[in-house]
Amino acid sequence: MDVRPGEIHALIGENGAGKSTLMNILFGMPVIHETGGFEGTVEIDGEDAHIMTPHDAMEKGIGMVHQEFMLIPGFTITENIKLNREITKPTALSKIFGKRLQELEMDKMNADARKALDTMEMDIAEYTMVHGLPVGHMQFVEIAREIDKTGIRYLVFDEPTAVLTETETANLLAAIRRLAAQGIGIVFISHRLEEIISLSDRVTILRDGELVTTKDTKDITAAEIARLMVGRALALDRNESGRKVSDEVMLDVQHLRVNMPGERVQDVSFKVHKGEIVGIGGLAGQGKLGIANGIMGLYPADGRIVFKGKELRLNNTKDALKSDIAFVSEDRKGVGLLLNSPIDLNIAFTAMETEGKFLKKYGPIKLADKKGIRAHADKMIKDLDIRCTSAAQNTGALSGGNQQKVCVARALTQQPELLLVSEPTRGIDIGAKKLILDLLKSLAEEQGMTIVMTSSELAELRSICDRVLIICEGRVAGELKPEASDEEYGLMMSSAHVSKEKEA
Amino acid sequence: MSDLVKKNERKFNLGDFVLDNIVTIIFWVFIILGLALAKSVTFNWFLTELSNRFYRNAFLVLSLIIPVIAGLGLNFGIVVGAIAGQLAIILIRYYYIGGFGGFLLCMLIALPIAALFGWLTGTLYNKTRGQEMIASLIVGYFGTGIYMFIVLFLIGGVIPVQPDHPIILPGGMGIRMTVDMDTIKYALEGIWQIPFATFMIVASALVILYLAWNQYIRKLKPGQTRLSNFKFALYAAIAVAILAVFAYQSATKGRLTMVRKVPMGTVIMIVLLAIFTKWIMTTKLGQDFRACGQNQYIAESNGINVDRTRIIATVISTVLAAWGQIIYIQNIGTLNVYTAHNQIGLFSVAAILVGGASVNKATVSQAIMGTLLFHSMFILSPEIGQAVFGQAILGEYFRTFMVYGVIGLSLGLYVWKANKQSKLTLEPRVAENARDQVINSGTTR
Amino acid sequence: MGKLIRRMGIPTFAVSALLLVVLVAAYAMGQSIPVLFTDILRRVGMNGILVLAMVPAIKSGVGPNFALPIGIVGGLFALMCCMQLDLMGWNLIGCSILLAIIICGLMGWAYGKLMNAVKGAEMTIATYTGFSIVAFFNILWLSLPFSNRKMGWMLGDGLRETIQMDGFAADKIVSNFLSFNIGEVTIPTGMILLLLLTCFVVSVFFKTKTGLAIYAGGVNPKFAEAAGLNIDRSRVIANIISTVLAGIGIIIYSQGYGYAQIYNGPLNMAFPAVAAVLIGGATATKASCVNVVVGVCIFQGLMTAAMPVANALFTGTDLSDIMRQVIQNGVILYALTQVKKGGDR
Repeated sequence: MDVRPGEIHALIGENGAGKSTLMNILFGMPVIHETGGFEGTVEIDGEDAHIMTPHDAMEKGIGMVHQEFMLIPGFTITENIKLNREITKPTALSKIFGKRLQELEMDKMNADARKALDTMEMDIAEYTMVHGLPVGHMQFVEIAREIDKTGIRYLVFDEPTAVLTETETANLLAAIRRLAAQGIGIVFISHRLEEIISLSDRVTILRDGELVTTKDTKDITAAEIARLMVGRALALDRNESGRKVSDEVMLDVQHLRVNMPGERVQDVSFKVHKGEIVGIGGLAGQGKLGIANGIMGLYPADGRIVFKGKELRLNNTKDALKSDIAFVSEDRKGVGLLLNSPIDLNIAFTAMETEGKFLKKYGPIKLADKKGIRAHADKMIKDLDIRCTSAAQNTGALSGGNQQKVCVARALTQQPELLLVSEPTRGIDIGAKKLILDLLKSLAEEQGMTIVMTSSELAELRSICDRVLIICEGRVAGELKPEASDEEYGLMMSSAHVSKEKEA
Repeated sequence: MSDLVKKNERKFNLGDFVLDNIVTIIFWVFIILGLALAKSVTFNWFLTELSNRFYRNAFLVLSLIIPVIAGLGLNFGIVVGAIAGQLAIILIRYYYIGGFGGFLLCMLIALPIAALFGWLTGTLYNKTRGQEMIASLIVGYFGTGIYMFIVLFLIGGVIPVQPDHPIILPGGMGIRMTVDMDTIKYALEGIWQIPFATFMIVASALVILYLAWNQYIRKLKPGQTRLSNFKFALYAAIAVAILAVFAYQSATKGRLTMVRKVPMGTVIMIVLLAIFTKWIMTTKLGQDFRACGQNQYIAESNGINVDRTRIIATVISTVLAAWGQIIYIQNIGTLNVYTAHNQIGLFSVAAILVGGASVNKATVSQAIMGTLLFHSMFILSPEIGQAVFGQAILGEYFRTFMVYGVIGLSLGLYVWKANKQSKLTLEPRVAENARDQVINSGTTR
Repeated sequence: MGKLIRRMGIPTFAVSALLLVVLVAAYAMGQSIPVLFTDILRRVGMNGILVLAMVPAIKSGVGPNFALPIGIVGGLFALMCCMQLDLMGWNLIGCSILLAIIICGLMGWAYGKLMNAVKGAEMTIATYTGFSIVAFFNILWLSLPFSNRKMGWMLGDGLRETIQMDGFAADKIVSNFLSFNIGEVTIPTGMILLLLLTCFVVSVFFKTKTGLAIYAGGVNPKFAEAAGLNIDRSRVIANIISTVLAGIGIIIYSQGYGYAQIYNGPLNMAFPAVAAVLIGGATATKASCVNVVVGVCIFQGLMTAAMPVANALFTGTDLSDIMRQVIQNGVILYALTQVKKGGDR
């Protein structure tokens, strides 16, 4: 892949396609060397550039505008732009005790900041506090900081428009064009196809850590990009089976809004029928994970949820659990398990706390029924084929796949009618993945369980779901059949559809 | 643009103002009530007591500012600094070094000891991130244990000393409970003293000049820190009033001329430290303190060595506390070897909190104001207990309660507010377009 | 060897090694070992329940209860009230424990609410809350109208600093209950039984639904939330239990000591209790009744055995107290360095 001066080069790919890794290499982030290094070379002006540390990258004139802002809210714009690159002058004490006692030259710093802001055509006072600025402005301050670094030649934008409103986005794109016009090479990472089409000169598509293609943007259509981005052989075959889906609506979600950091849900409505497996897909950070968490009341939510004809109280986990909804969290180690407790307690815990199962009376007090818990756990271990030394083993010692099975076992212990499963195969190996998916499928087929499965892996959604909802920017972008083409999936995930609806 | 800036400035809200300044307000009310109730307290006695306590404690309170700015919270661990100061004092008393020269030597000896202690505690704070304040309290107790072991057993037990030296216990091992300061007493304060009234007249005249200069520069440069109209008027009025009162008093030889003379040596030390604290914030190091205090993660990812910066802040604080303790002891005149340092951290922290500081912000004026308010309470409490309940001891218990209560209340309110802010909530539904319009009203050309 | 240290934890290993050294030294210096053991057992019984009060607080995720003085003051207040009524012997102990449960229950509830408001800085705020309560009660001891002659000063108003228990026929009444001798060692059966009983009650409690909910909320708040639990409620319950245990603990302590110490007596009582449970192998986030028993035996054993040894080495000095201060605070500091930032926040 190559970037020319003054060019806007777009980089696109699904989660895990290798965008971030590539950028980390470019910046010499320590994580790369810690985890095994890389092969190949990075060349600048035809010379091999050995970028080993972020400092090297800076010297070579590579700058990056991060997705999360690296700004200190209590500092002024100038102070942020000049953070750790302050202009100083020597003082009497600095001659004795070293450079850090040099005085700051605020006037010069302000002048520099002004210049950088002017390049962006931003007319906000350089001595304004960053705290309280709109996000769009913070983004501009980030960019101004990179511009202010002397000799900046390449600038990388990592999903810069994800947090911006439409008008802010338009301003940003205009600013990026201006920068490119000044001869700075731009790498623009985004999942929004229309931005890429309208902004970039060339586009590179990554998939599974490999470069699929680099093309001039004018020679490629949005549909083509979408297809190339998603397209891969389905790892898991789909075998149709006699699943009975009734017409009865089991779950009706209306205008759900959830404030889950990093996975905000803006306005989501959908229905789930009894006996169905519904998939929820989409790119990371678009809000797909927020839906299940919102239904369970784990993050503040509003809207209306009707479950089995009865309205579900929002923001009340206990109510959701008591209504026979079970949840397998995407954060297995953080939310899903008590890592330092044995398997049997993990399996029985929720059913015991919410429904009072597994308790035994000793006179006036009820204690946890050790034998009952153990017997149940042993049964689950056998049924789900959990590989462990015994039910007394701590869950922290299990492999990812077996931990996931413990989570599922706990959910099943509640004897739920609706099972919400988020990222069931995250971080577990291929063989275990298939086992988990087969398990979910058999639950639906043999026990008639209704399942809502959220996953970043389109392939697995397409292999077991009856239909797949694609979530983009906190909204339902659309619904697809599992057999739908790669192109359709790609376009829908890349917000092409959302904007079309907006225009209409 | 102008809309945007206005939106950032908070509107004045009485409820918020009271909540933000609750501790300061409680103290003002208490002091005003106290002065009204305790009839036996004459104003010139009160000023003498208060000014004396101020000279004694202000330096110590000022030593707390830098760790707060560097994000370490309130450094109860200045006790360790005070211990370093006391070790230096014991050393020069053992060799009978006295006078102002002895005082300076004492500061010099305390410097490396305190720096070493500061480096150790700073390293500890880096290992107890998020729990620095409780760690700093415990490190004070821990340090006291070690210190006791040194002065009781090592001196005479391991380190050979003259067994018949007046500061050594009769058995030849350990230091006596109290060590007389001899010529170290008032070594700093005795150099140059001027009448209180004269001092106040000169000081308030200087304040008036400063205010005038501040008014002048605000017209020249935008964006410079400057006083609001309200504050300007308030400060000017107070300064003029003080000037008038003391001018009248010294002209008529009134009661207020009886107030204890001002020891200029100590005052100059305090002023120098105030200037140093303000100055260091204009340096690269000060900027790094602020960056670490605001967000360690962002500071680190911008290449600032956060651990080192925090250690430097602790070292500075500890050294200043050692010097503050030396000033304190030379004012008192005797060193209570085993107890003098114990309450230093507690009282200094309470004082700065009363001035309106909190876990993440502290200024020189808060330290000064807090020292005055806190010690006013301290002086008045037993008097009120005597006047109202007929029991001075009740007042003393009450003031202990105030010390702990102030710290508990300020810290509690701070954490409570921070937790409330970080709690996830849903903002009310707003139409996307409306938000766009508000934000972008004339920001980019 | 390294493995052993890791399994025991550095504080447990270091302090018990020191205990061993001191015991050997005491023996070598000709100290009477039976007398020593009698003393150790007495102090274990006195301090045990106070240390046990740490367990619910730590398990619930609040961290060591540095606000132990709240419960202590509550217990003392109950004791004072019963003394005012001139109750004697077992009546005094029994009634004051009952009253302490009520008073400390209320105080613990309020304190639990406070701890929920200041999540993330519990230890610091708890310390100062404890200090403030002690100072506040100083005012009350002085000004409340207690009138029993056995409690007041010879002259003037207010309660005495230390009130003798034998004036109420309650000196060592629990300690001496069923006590017997093994050789020359006296076993304070009553206190030991009571300690084991409370330990048993606490460990049974943590097997109930509520107890398990508290435990889960402590080790993984997100997990507990996802199981539909109200963590704030669990934390309040844990703090109530902790405060009540402190109240009972101080009554037992007072009878074993022979005096009820009021005013600033309770001010610094939290730190030795925290240190003891840590020495027993607990951390700021994990504790059990075993940690309590082990910790209190090692720590009190060391304190008791060190005193005569230190006195023999340096006559007329207070070396053992200095040693206590260094060990106690050193152990707490070590535990603080092991607290990982993050968790639920």
